[in-house]
Amino acid sequence: MRYLPLTPRDRQEMLATIGVRSIDDLFADVPNAARRAGLVDLPLAQGEIEVERALSRMAAKNVAAGSVPFFIGGGAYRHHVPAAVDHLIQRGEFLTSYTPYQPELAQGTLQSLFEFQTQVALLTGMEVANASLYDGATACAEAVAMAHRVTRRGKAVLSGGLHPQYREVCRTYAQFSGVEVSLLDATPGVAEIFDIDNNTACVVVQNPDFFGALRDGSALAARCHQAGALLVVVVTEIVSLGAVTPPGDMGADIVAAEGQSFGNSLNFGGPHIGLFAAREQQVRQMPGRLVGQTEDADGRRGWVLTLSTREQHIRREKATSNICTNSGLCALAFTIHLALLGEAGLTRLAQLNHAAACTLADRLAALPGVSLVNESFFNEFALRLPVPAAAAVAALADKGVLGGVPVGRFYPARDDLADVLLVAATETTTTNDIDIYYDVLAEVLR
Amino acid sequence: MPTLRFTKDHEWIRQDGDTAVIGITDYAQQQLGDIVYVELPSPGARVEAGKEAGVVESAKAASEVYAPVSGEVVAVNELIAGDPAKVNADPMGEGWFLTVKLDDPAALDGLMDEAAYAAFVAEQG
Repeated sequence: MRYLPLTPRDRQEMLATIGVRSIDDLFADVPNAARRAGLVDLPLAQGEIEVERALSRMAAKNVAAGSVPFFIGGGAYRHHVPAAVDHLIQRGEFLTSYTPYQPELAQGTLQSLFEFQTQVALLTGMEVANASLYDGATACAEAVAMAHRVTRRGKAVLSGGLHPQYREVCRTYAQFSGVEVSLLDATPGVAEIFDIDNNTACVVVQNPDFFGALRDGSALAARCHQAGALLVVVVTEIVSLGAVTPPGDMGADIVAAEGQSFGNSLNFGGPHIGLFAAREQQVRQMPGRLVGQTEDADGRRGWVLTLSTREQHIRREKATSNICTNSGLCALAFTIHLALLGEAGLTRLAQLNHAAACTLADRLAALPGVSLVNESFFNEFALRLPVPAAAAVAALADKGVLGGVPVGRFYPARDDLADVLLVAATETTTTNDIDIYYDVLAEVLR
Repeated sequence: MPTLRFTKDHEWIRQDGDTAVIGITDYAQQQLGDIVYVELPSPGARVEAGKEAGVVESAKAASEVYAPVSGEVVAVNELIAGDPAKVNADPMGEGWFLTVKLDDPAALDGLMDEAAYAAFVAEQG
């Protein structure tokens, strides 16, 4: 079997047809200074066995999250994904299909997305949810854009407790959509004051926030509504909603969340899955795909994409969003995992996460010079260390412990955050992991 | 006596003194089919001639409603927001969209009268 589609003869014929002598002639417009002389130093051809060995050697340099005591969170969380999830999503009907939205032949996919939307609406306490977006950060930026459309106002106020990368994505979007973004300083453990005026489209807060702290958004929601602005609540750890009051119950108008924790691995930071939920009154201003339940000509229950006139293929440049894609397979994994858990299982899972984090926080904060920043947390919290957090994390890693996220990595200019370390625990964290972390951190700080 | 005029984008406008009522034509509602949603500006907002003043959406398409003239929105038809089918049933009557206070009472001069619009629609085939 030939793997390369073109023979040298094919190439010669094509070059002759367009009237050039060689492929290099096609690059004549690129200045010499910008060209690389000679080939990149890579082996030209290797046998399959040699390639496999070389790649395995490279892969062995990675430390897999499951192979060591692991305490990294900061927007992506390591949870146990039941084996049934992977087994089911690998069915060919689900795994290999691309945008399978023709109702005549995609009832399975459409039904699973409808269930997904129902789960997201129930979890967040909202009325409608879409069939998913790329990830939490893009969902957050889409929420700001939606608030701009709904209120026709030009300013978004972003909490300092919002994940710094979400803040960056919002700024990137806003740069081209004419929304002014006002960023509050990231100061863990300090209550924020939001300046809401008659040009404020929305206030965006995260719960639990980037530093793990919980907030009651009810009063803020009331203030926003009084001023004609919307409250956007971001959730980066969706498992928290098994224990924490959902944003909808606090009066949120839009919820943008990261759903990776259910059904999805860390996946090197993506693909993840964006959750987006809103109030029914504003459903036509929502971005993304929406699956609805209906009846066919014979009165049988069925599912179709609905309210598509908001979308790019119909509204063109006036569409609510230029993203017409969803994270279908990740959404399916989310739905299967959550269905396997059920409501009681979800509550129990959330309790396990919180219990593990409480044990971890008590142990680590008992070390000399280490203090807990948060007054409250779910499964992640911030510690102040007596040394720079980045150095501590590197030293911990050398000793086989992945100890967390140094906040200074996101705020290099902020000296006051250099000693802050974000630490997460989940149901996968064992007592033994916590003992090892305590001992190794004690050694590192000595 | 009110003046009735039409645009090439299939809006109608009926002027009475310094205010005018705006809607979409019978031809427009026929082309769109069953209307399921309308989006209207807020009273007090400004509309500019040739710019978007609202959105009308049917089961198969969505399109903008353009303001034939510039002015300030003094009223919008809440009735069609709740029952968009009114636009299909009575586009020139109960299915009106908005009322504006005209910046320039002579602004309708360049628009088509009923006969000219009928000829324009006939040309569209």
